[in-house]
Amino acid sequence: MGLKTPLYDTHVSAHAKIIDFGGWDMPLHYGSQIEEHHAVRRDAGLFDVSHMCAIDLTGARTREFLRHLLANDVVRLTIPGRALYSCMLLPTGGVIDDLIAYFLTESWFRLVVNAGTRAKDLAWIREHAAAFGVDVRERSDLAILAVQGPNARDKTAALLSAAHRGTALGLQRFSAVAVDSWFLARTGYTGEDGFEIMLPGTQAPETWRALVALGVRPAGLGARDTLRLEAGMNLYGNDMDETRHPLESGLAWTVAFDPAGRDFIGREALVRARKDLGPLLVGLVLEERGVLRTHQAVSAAAADGSLGEPLGEVTSGTFSPTLNRAIALARLRPQPDGRVPQPGGRVLVDIRGKLYAARVVKPPFVRDGKPLVEIQ
Amino acid sequence: MSEHVPADLQYTKSHEWVRSLPDGQVEVGITDHAQSALGDLVFVEVPLVDRKLAAGEACAVVESVKAASDVYSPVAGRVVARNEALSQKPELLNSDPYGAGWMMRIELDAKTPSAVLLRPSEYQQFLKESE
Repeated sequence: MGLKTPLYDTHVSAHAKIIDFGGWDMPLHYGSQIEEHHAVRRDAGLFDVSHMCAIDLTGARTREFLRHLLANDVVRLTIPGRALYSCMLLPTGGVIDDLIAYFLTESWFRLVVNAGTRAKDLAWIREHAAAFGVDVRERSDLAILAVQGPNARDKTAALLSAAHRGTALGLQRFSAVAVDSWFLARTGYTGEDGFEIMLPGTQAPETWRALVALGVRPAGLGARDTLRLEAGMNLYGNDMDETRHPLESGLAWTVAFDPAGRDFIGREALVRARKDLGPLLVGLVLEERGVLRTHQAVSAAAADGSLGEPLGEVTSGTFSPTLNRAIALARLRPQPDGRVPQPGGRVLVDIRGKLYAARVVKPPFVRDGKPLVEIQ
Repeated sequence: MSEHVPADLQYTKSHEWVRSLPDGQVEVGITDHAQSALGDLVFVEVPLVDRKLAAGEACAVVESVKAASDVYSPVAGRVVARNEALSQKPELLNSDPYGAGWMMRIELDAKTPSAVLLRPSEYQQFLKESE
């Protein structure tokens, strides 16, 4: 028996297949993972992500603290409600977790961190917050719903009073606003538009039912994984962890090296790593039928198509319901010429002892319902 | 959860079913329980025609979005036909595991005694015990 969100009983009565995820009893799917995936790409889907952890940071020096704690720079957050994606690093550059930081007021920021890492995240944040006089509060009273898909925002706004509907629909991407008892953010993990709603756990079952009544389809963690991978988004524990730094995890864009004087945890290690020709995270599309899976070995293809140098392995692989083809993120080392295979290049993947050809692509694979890679 | 276990088939503990055909050959597939546990199937690899199989030999692979699983031949014999439709429509295994989702037909090897297969009631009992 694991931890349960306020929506656990709702999932069980909807015949969800329940699995353990980071110590939580969570819905994997409610019948068909693939239909749930398509519902999000084509209409609107509803996820319970209350296992993720909201953390409120308060105190006059909160911004200064986050500029030290995070690899991305919250100085970029100038308008209240704006959000920023960042890694939180060890001094070695290894990723403790990836998270979203919301700027609410100069003395109040909110972080949302992963479920499986919440205990170590909280310990790390508390350890470093003390010196800045920042108060750290875990908001386990909040449930988090993700409503995602092309029709997600309209359907969600229908639950709000007329006064708030305009505010909700006027929200910029990657921004949040407080409306009634909701903290409403135009963020997500699917590659579709939509909202994430943080609300008191006691209100979650009623809000869930109201969204379902509006035609928003419940979707489980299975669809969440295929959607995020199509969107080219990393999963903590698969595509990065404490042994890997952001530059070799496709997350160089989230590290703010400028200004040079900002002393964030992990900076020195990343400055050193930046000089090396290290492995990189790339996208793969399988050219034949089959399914790419985590830890499958990837090798170069010699000119005659035979097996070349070992390059690395798949960090996340799945079958893409949108492309009807297997896709993956893979961490590949540079070849002897110093280059990692470029988009358009071909590699070989070992699937249960047989070699399959895959094409290197630049993620994302799918965004806003549209395939971004060509399927041959 | 109750799963469909047709009365006219035989079963294995690894969740394959066997249908005896009038010409003495057998048809093989995976059970309703197996497809339901695997979830949406997205890839199926069935053995080539003429391949000789030992009873209990891993001879096919079914992959769902979640995981890959081996399928074991319930009998010894030679593959005489395989369901070509599955390569384009693996979802037939989910929608009709005992019909359109059949995987292969096998001509039994007369010299090899067939493995012990379960009767429907025995398979049902096995499912109940392994819950």
